[in-house]
Amino acid sequence: MALELHPLEQFVIKPIVPLHIGKIDISFTNSALLMTIAVLLATAVVVIGTRREELVPGRIQSLGELAYEFIGNMIDETVGTDGQRYFPFVFTLFMFILFGNVLGLIPFGYTFTGQIIVTFAMAAVVFIGVTLIGIWRHGWHFLSFFVPHGVPIVLLLLLVPIEFLSYLIRPFTLSIRLFANMLAGHTMLAIFGGFAASIGVLGLLPLGLDVLIFFLELLVAVLQAYVFTILTCLYLNDAINLH
Amino acid sequence: MDEREARASLKDLGERLAKARGEHRPKLAARGAAPTSSALAFGLRIGLELVVAVVVSVAIGWAIDSWLGTKPAAMVVMFFLGVAAGMWNVYRAVAGMGSKVGARGGIAGAAGDDEDED
Repeated sequence: MALELHPLEQFVIKPIVPLHIGKIDISFTNSALLMTIAVLLATAVVVIGTRREELVPGRIQSLGELAYEFIGNMIDETVGTDGQRYFPFVFTLFMFILFGNVLGLIPFGYTFTGQIIVTFAMAAVVFIGVTLIGIWRHGWHFLSFFVPHGVPIVLLLLLVPIEFLSYLIRPFTLSIRLFANMLAGHTMLAIFGGFAASIGVLGLLPLGLDVLIFFLELLVAVLQAYVFTILTCLYLNDAINLH
Repeated sequence: MDEREARASLKDLGERLAKARGEHRPKLAARGAAPTSSALAFGLRIGLELVVAVVVSVAIGWAIDSWLGTKPAAMVVMFFLGVAAGMWNVYRAVAGMGSKVGARGGIAGAAGDDEDED
């Protein structure tokens, strides 16, 4: 009996409603469906949470308030009160990634944050947006960001390219971190799940392991949403407060 | 008259709010530094930094090479720059850890210390 495992099959994009404009494929896929659900759920938490504001909050109101205060405090601590005007963007980003990661853990779901193009698109928006905010706030002075102060001119010839490169790398690390964590975790879950299905009674062992890994993945899902968001805040801080 | 009263009480409320916020702020900052979950998040944050820096730099170098036709030169230069940038990023993140969450502040302090010694 051959062991047939397709741990990466879960990441295949399947069109649900095929749509084509000219030669461009804009089909509504399983990835798009999960994104829609994530957006709807995130919106529902906030809308239902604020519909009936009670002094003693119910479950959903509590969830909404928790998320709101979490992001509000995060911006306060990293950027300062000046950063609060970007709260809507950061909050949206956090909720979208959080729901994307967690929804991916539900069986028969789909992890759209396990697609590099999705995470890279988000990281690119953050990168370009933060750079524009920096230029808008400081004008040409923003370029001084790449010049570490208190360094001899000769060293600057070396340090400025390094600084520039380390700035350029940000969207890549930001996107790959989230994507790789999701991909690796879900692949691992699928592999152990495959073992459990194929080796009979002994399969209880990998099955138990899978349960434990699932909880680890739940932690990683929340943590990676947090990491993506706090890095966005840090980049925002760099752009707003420069040095 | 009624309006003036309302305005006065609003102003009073504003002052009390500002005072309460002032008292609240340091507590928030102190709380952000401690929890273990953020240490785990920090580890996950810097894990990739080094590798991606090198890969992206070499890719940029390779692109420059095939654009200008200077086969290995730019790639080699960019490789070393990438290693430096990656290490610099990791160092910056780690050095900034102790001070506040923003990494830049920590580095500025460290650089200032070096200047004094020289």
